[in-house]
Amino acid sequence: MTPVLEVKNLSTHFMTRRGILKAVDDVSFTVGQREIVGLVGESGSGKSITGFSILGLVDPPGRVVSGQILFNGEDLLTKSPTAMRAIRGKRIAMIFQDPMMTLNPVLSVATQMIETVQAHDRVSRTEARARARDALGLVGIPSPEERLDSYPHQFSGGMRQRVAIAIALLHRPDLIIADEPTTALDVTIQSQILFEIKRLAAEFGMALIWISHDLGVVAALADRIMVMYAGRIVEAGQVDGVLTEPRHPYTSGLLSAVPAAVPRGEPLRPIPGFAPSPLSRPSGCAFRDRCARATDVCATEPMLEIAAGREFRCFHPHLWSAA
Amino acid sequence: MTTPLVEAVDVSRRFSRKLDYAEKIANLFGAGLEEKTVHAVDEVNLAVYPGEVVGLVGESGCGKSTLGRVMAGIMPASGGEVRWKGRPLTSLQGDDKRAMRLSAQMIFQDPMSTLNPRKRVLDLIGEAPKVHGIVKGREMRDHVAALVTRVGLDPSYLDRYPHQFSGGQRQRIGIARALAVKPKLLVCDESVAALDVSIQAQILNLFMDLRQEFGLTYLFISHDLGVVKHICDRVVVMYLGRVVESATPDELFDNPKHPYTQALIRELPSVTDRRRVFTPIKGEIPSPLHPPAGCHFHPRCPKAFDRCRVERPVLKENAAGHVSACHLNDLTAHQAATNATAEPAI
Repeated sequence: MTPVLEVKNLSTHFMTRRGILKAVDDVSFTVGQREIVGLVGESGSGKSITGFSILGLVDPPGRVVSGQILFNGEDLLTKSPTAMRAIRGKRIAMIFQDPMMTLNPVLSVATQMIETVQAHDRVSRTEARARARDALGLVGIPSPEERLDSYPHQFSGGMRQRVAIAIALLHRPDLIIADEPTTALDVTIQSQILFEIKRLAAEFGMALIWISHDLGVVAALADRIMVMYAGRIVEAGQVDGVLTEPRHPYTSGLLSAVPAAVPRGEPLRPIPGFAPSPLSRPSGCAFRDRCARATDVCATEPMLEIAAGREFRCFHPHLWSAA
Repeated sequence: MTTPLVEAVDVSRRFSRKLDYAEKIANLFGAGLEEKTVHAVDEVNLAVYPGEVVGLVGESGCGKSTLGRVMAGIMPASGGEVRWKGRPLTSLQGDDKRAMRLSAQMIFQDPMSTLNPRKRVLDLIGEAPKVHGIVKGREMRDHVAALVTRVGLDPSYLDRYPHQFSGGQRQRIGIARALAVKPKLLVCDESVAALDVSIQAQILNLFMDLRQEFGLTYLFISHDLGVVKHICDRVVVMYLGRVVESATPDELFDNPKHPYTQALIRELPSVTDRRRVFTPIKGEIPSPLHPPAGCHFHPRCPKAFDRCRVERPVLKENAAGHVSACHLNDLTAHQAATNATAEPAI
């Protein structure tokens, strides 16, 4: 089965006055059909820019400088802006963290959804409205017919995010990229959204890239996980494997920094130091300044190792007895 | 029993919007419009004892931040009273009042909006102790340098401005500023919510070290149960302006009594627990403009019965130090089981 998305050696750089900012640096991954992939990392690790690059949404001074983004076998980077418009929203959709930014505050939900339907399909307004209503019903908004004529501010945060998801679902895309969609929501509302997303992805056979900084959310939702640090994917694999037996020291550092990792009242174990500035990353492994396992060899670039369905970039990976 | 450092007794905080001119005129013609009142905090009792770390958790809009501000003395209560070492805040005058104000300090979620962007770190941290006569002007630099070193910043940064720091460093500046006036109580309002997990762990460790070193008392407001569980001696759960449950973290997590607390704990995403099925509670938090009658949680509660719709449950002690406000407490196990299926047998 061909993967929905295949990203090969993607690099997205920002040409700033202070130098070249390598937001995404030689990133490769695939997303299979019906697969839910979690992309995790701290702020500034390049996970959102990876998502934007796939959709061709990187604005100057940023630019995709190299690589290939194969969507169902076609390279998106060679597409014209018009061709990309036909794909965006139709075959690849995106959900953002703050639905207040995605929704137009002065247009009713119906207007925005009908516009989305008619942007890609030549259908009557009545039919477009019916499709919008069905989509709202799918994401669990009660009395969708009445709610269609509401404005975004009349919805609560959780409901607004459901509207954003409904808009993403309108054209039954092959791939949805969700950028921290539940970060601003309360725990009980987050749980409702995760429940709906999981159900809908299975129902429509959609692939999903779920960008998040919350390992717990990704653990509950995704099939596969990719960990980004300083613009690179440092580890990738099945969720179970990566979270229980991490090979890269950064992944294990993230896992042991959460409060649940140590007994109550004991000091937490943060990763020492800070993420390097994206303008002046150290050569070789970007994590070596913060890594307890680092040696002289880490000053050179670690190559991607692939072992037993697991990929990682490290000279001194953790060894697990089973591996 | 020792007196609490700070205590809320039946504290309420209401926000209301007065009728405007047009609405008043409409009322003359019999429109019957009323002032809109939000009950942000509704008759809450909470005592924080010296040296204790109390966690206040709840979802957005439950009134936890408002309660924190009222208890820190930066916002007046509209009903009930806040007592500082047993004395009502409203009765404090002059030096006592000033001393109390200095003793209770707040640390906010977003340091960028609480640090004046046009001031240097030196002035941000040093201004308050200088004004209050805690340090003399020429000793200020040393005092501030000692503080920033203590919170893990390089003292050579004293002449920099807030925008030159990362989020975690800014939060450290906020902490140093609160410590500069030698407080007894720190009210931390979502102080680690905006930080990455690794930075969050560093700041939480700093809070715990400072507690030991300066004998601090904390009111730790957070929506993150994982964080609260880790650092608090007691956890208080709020829902729509009311306290619904309070217990030690171990007791609360092992044996939650209130259906809302049970749902919160069940829905907490965890790395170790690869639970693939979500069982979310239905509905959303109702608007505090029109809170439901009786128990505020009853429209979402899977175990609600008739009494919950009319009568407000009071906090009752289930076990030593474990209180919850739920009508289920009054039922025997058998009754609870029958209630779930049919009308009460009696």
